[in-house]
Amino acid sequence: MKRLMLGNEAIARGAYEAGVTVASAYPGTPSTEITEYIAKYDDIYAEWAPNEKVALEVAIGASFGGARAVCSMKHVGLNVAADPLFTASYTGIIGGLVVCVADDPGMHSSQNEQDSRNYALAAKVPMLEPSDSQECKDYMKKALEISEQFDTPVILRLTTRISHSRSIVELNGRETIPLKPYKKDFGKNVMMPAMARKRHAAVEERMKKLALYAEETGLNKIIWGSTDVGIITSGISYQYSREAFNDASYLKLGMVYPLPENLIREFASRVKTLYVIEELDPFIETFLKKIGINCTGKEKLPIVGEYSAALIREKLLGADSANSEEKQEDVPARPPVLCPGCPHRGVFYTLKKNKLVVLGDIGCYTLGALPPLESMDTCICMGASIGMAHGIEKARGGDFARKTVAVIGDSTFIHSGITGLIDIVYNKGTSTVIIVDNTTTGMTGHQDNPCTGKTLKGETTRQVDLVKLCHAIGIDRVRICDPFDLDEFERAVREETSANEPSVIIAQRPCALLKSVKYGGSVRVNDDLCKYCKACMRLGCPAIVDTGEGIRINDALCVGCNLCIDVCKFNAFEKAGDSNA
Amino acid sequence: MRNLSVMIAGVGGQGTLLTSQVLGAAAMKAGYDVKMSEVHGMAQRGGSVITYVRIGKNVNSPVIEKDGADILLCFEKLEALRWVDYAKEGGTIIVNEQRIDPMPVIIGSAKYPEGIIEKLSARFPNVIPVKALDAARQLGNIKVLNIVMLGIMAKKTDIPVETWHEAISETVKEKFVELNIKAFDKGYQMAV
Repeated sequence: MKRLMLGNEAIARGAYEAGVTVASAYPGTPSTEITEYIAKYDDIYAEWAPNEKVALEVAIGASFGGARAVCSMKHVGLNVAADPLFTASYTGIIGGLVVCVADDPGMHSSQNEQDSRNYALAAKVPMLEPSDSQECKDYMKKALEISEQFDTPVILRLTTRISHSRSIVELNGRETIPLKPYKKDFGKNVMMPAMARKRHAAVEERMKKLALYAEETGLNKIIWGSTDVGIITSGISYQYSREAFNDASYLKLGMVYPLPENLIREFASRVKTLYVIEELDPFIETFLKKIGINCTGKEKLPIVGEYSAALIREKLLGADSANSEEKQEDVPARPPVLCPGCPHRGVFYTLKKNKLVVLGDIGCYTLGALPPLESMDTCICMGASIGMAHGIEKARGGDFARKTVAVIGDSTFIHSGITGLIDIVYNKGTSTVIIVDNTTTGMTGHQDNPCTGKTLKGETTRQVDLVKLCHAIGIDRVRICDPFDLDEFERAVREETSANEPSVIIAQRPCALLKSVKYGGSVRVNDDLCKYCKACMRLGCPAIVDTGEGIRINDALCVGCNLCIDVCKFNAFEKAGDSNA
Repeated sequence: MRNLSVMIAGVGGQGTLLTSQVLGAAAMKAGYDVKMSEVHGMAQRGGSVITYVRIGKNVNSPVIEKDGADILLCFEKLEALRWVDYAKEGGTIIVNEQRIDPMPVIIGSAKYPEGIIEKLSARFPNVIPVKALDAARQLGNIKVLNIVMLGIMAKKTDIPVETWHEAISETVKEKFVELNIKAFDKGYQMAV
């Protein structure tokens, strides 16, 4: 049977067919759907972990427990999970263990453009890279085999254009893989110095064997065409290259670490011009240069951003860039915005009004940094808002802290905000932290988390009690507040920021996109009352339109959250349903 | 039909992803190789969202490039103007005459361009303006404007109506299948 599958869906299918029984992950674009699709298989236990480090530890535990296990994350998630990864490389595995990591060249939905292949090199673990959905499925199975054959975790590297593209996949049945016996193994599983020294040597031996495997495996293959041009490539760049060159020979690398030195030498020796085509860092190219093979790569192709067939034609074949002669007229940009009805709008409206310095974090609410709300000063990584609020207080003093807040989402707070908050209490900070609790993980598309009371499989579970949690770590001033009650919320912000001790405001209102949220009906403008003062425009609501002659509501967008009704001093907004006019 | 590249452009929340999924499923049922690419995540929050669907005997890249789309299917006028360079010479542009102001226009730092349909028509002979929002309103749910648009586009392919209906049934949530098939049929009838 054949199906049109998203790359991430095909990864999940591969895990299912290969008999995986445990999967853990933290959501992150473009990796999220891997675990969502895995969760649909009743035969696989699947969960959202609080963060990527925990997710990988769960997968390592499952592997030690004898099961085939998978852990998935976005590229920056691997920074969080790097600690267990580097040492799991030493211990090796019992059941096959695959770490799926999805890079985001072009940064469609990320804060940086790091190249995860460098982690394979640094942690000394093999890495496979598929170039379409069929390969996503096949490579997942292959990765589990390699993991068990060589006693190592294996990284399956994806990019946005692989994870979020669809192509046709041939489906097979599920293999039954019996649970391997649990075995206590002091020398291999307890990484204290004496044992780790031995294991490091074993890892180096393993890398030599994997390098030999790379020469033989069908994952790396030569597709001969004209020998005038030879191209070494992998992943989505292979597809772009096929499109850009009419006739060329390819060394398509399905295994990008370790690289097959002899195969590369043989291929290079038989082509006249050799290109290495790879997005982001010169990872393959550096290896070629190291072993003394001349090639053209980053001297002509960019390190920054995504590639395309057109870009390859332009940079390597001298083609004119498409449409270069036609000047595109000024088309206003359409940046992402907080949705109509978004609870974060009340938070940022208030923070801007009070001219506060806002240390920000990662989530939908990062959009509060954009005009017209423009009330987020920083965004670094998951959880950074809280540590940074503390740091800025220690640098500039308590008076500055009175004008500063950290803003972090509920899921992000659980991910890595709690430790920052403990730091504030422990080291006598006075910061105010606003946890914007919309009862879901918004940006990645509504995943449950420890605050929602539901598991990935849809079961009811214990909810983290944020108030109790804050009290338990030593925050006395904790209050829950509705960000759409603008007066009350503003009062809370003023009182808590002026307090000479740490405080937490939990701004609680569910995401407007949740099915359970019903505001009921669009608002409209009463022109007789509207003074056209444009105060409502400060909300940055996409449904409020300034026509140049007056204010209008776009009723195809308005959800009727009524925030504009509260903001307007002249009562010019009314519910479309309840007017006498 | 040999090869067909369809680029779908809209505003986050208008259902570009679902539309491309139905199109891809229908093309696969009709026996074609299909590759598609889509954007999830941040752009879906009211940003400009595009998806690519490439259909043919053997497709390599899932991405459509400038001058590459046989059909540009746009759910919003400004988005048609933004992505017009991706239409092939002689390509078809089907555009929903709906206006959604982007934030720079809302806050007054940019102007929403006037005369978009005329501008598109000056460059492309086959511009088809559609009032899909009205059609969807008549069906009782403005959200199905995307499938109305798909119905119009479907007329440009040789994929039979039943195949489209099957693709909708398999892709859309069960309780919305009937509504979406109605929306598709409405679009199919609107196409001339």
